[in-house]
Amino acid sequence: MARSITMQVARYRPDREAEPTMQSYDVPLRKDWAILDGLNHIKDELDGTLSYRWSCRMGICGSCGMTVNGEPKLTCATFLTDYAPGPVRVEPLRNFPVVRDLVVDIGDFMAKLSVVQPWIIRKDEETPDGEYLQTPAELEDYKQFSMCINCMLCYSACPIYGLNEHFLGPAAIALAQRYNLDSRDQGSADRMDALSASTGVWDCTYVGECSTACPKNVDPAGAIQRYKLTAATETLKSFLMPRGGR
Amino acid sequence: MSDTTATSHVGNQPRPYRRRVPILWWVRRRSYLLFVAREVSSVFVAWFVVFLLLLVRAVLSGEDAYRRFLDWTANPFVLALNVVALLFVLLHAVTWFNLAPQAMVVKVRGRRLPPVLIAAAHFGAWAVVSAVVAWIVLG
Repeated sequence: MARSITMQVARYRPDREAEPTMQSYDVPLRKDWAILDGLNHIKDELDGTLSYRWSCRMGICGSCGMTVNGEPKLTCATFLTDYAPGPVRVEPLRNFPVVRDLVVDIGDFMAKLSVVQPWIIRKDEETPDGEYLQTPAELEDYKQFSMCINCMLCYSACPIYGLNEHFLGPAAIALAQRYNLDSRDQGSADRMDALSASTGVWDCTYVGECSTACPKNVDPAGAIQRYKLTAATETLKSFLMPRGGR
Repeated sequence: MSDTTATSHVGNQPRPYRRRVPILWWVRRRSYLLFVAREVSSVFVAWFVVFLLLLVRAVLSGEDAYRRFLDWTANPFVLALNVVALLFVLLHAVTWFNLAPQAMVVKVRGRRLPPVLIAAAHFGAWAVVSAVVAWIVLG
């Protein structure tokens, strides 16, 4: 096996360049090295000016999402040997503005996340003395959607978001469903306006790439289709029973 | 045509670089191509609605009009259009029924029914309705 691999890394230094360029680096090809280890090698040994985000190196923090050979990937969970003999092309996440090199501006996603109120909403006046109890079956109802790590690979994979930045997007909707389906939550009516708006679930035309890209098997496409059925049912209910459908 | 936009600078503050989506983005991946084909299929669904309305009008206008309508449908161009439309409508229907298990979570005695069962129920219902319609039309 070759002992090194060429990494073609997108560089964008807004003070020097009008658009990104590619720069090649040769890094050791080790069996246990992920793309992120290759980037860290470049940063530590070859070129300290390279900028990128990372933190945990174990697929939990969701910081190191990038485009690897055209696919949105967590670079800590994508191995260099899978791309041997190379070269392997590393670019910033698509569909987001690039701030510098591999760093994208995630402000739009952060704003959308808060729109869906991804926290437990209670209508009670008082907080209970202990925990809100839940059975394993009730946990199972939303557990899959709670696995989201906000890595934004789904936004990068979604052509609808690429074409229309107003689309609420896969992860935000999956996280809204994570709370809507939680037996302790009472806020589904509060989330409804954002979700059933034209820029909510109805902008999704089911490409399904968000679920393919998701490193945590959250299936945001499934969450969106489920909510479409919920939104349609609620609309029908409010039409048939205007005084108390919800 | 370039698929990029130049960075603009305001004073000394450089703005983030935005990559413009290329016009042919949908030919780069099979799932994108299938998605666009499904979107286009809505045009053919609309065409079949128009075709059905023309058929009803022909039937209501008497035997001569109906014969003229049948002659018109035997025209190679109309025949080819209808074959293409049928393929697109089938694509539309199959992808729609495949999507059904994603949207429907059905629980029986606290257990979630397997998605394949929900898809199978939809395809089964489709087959039954098609058979009934075929029996009425051809029988």
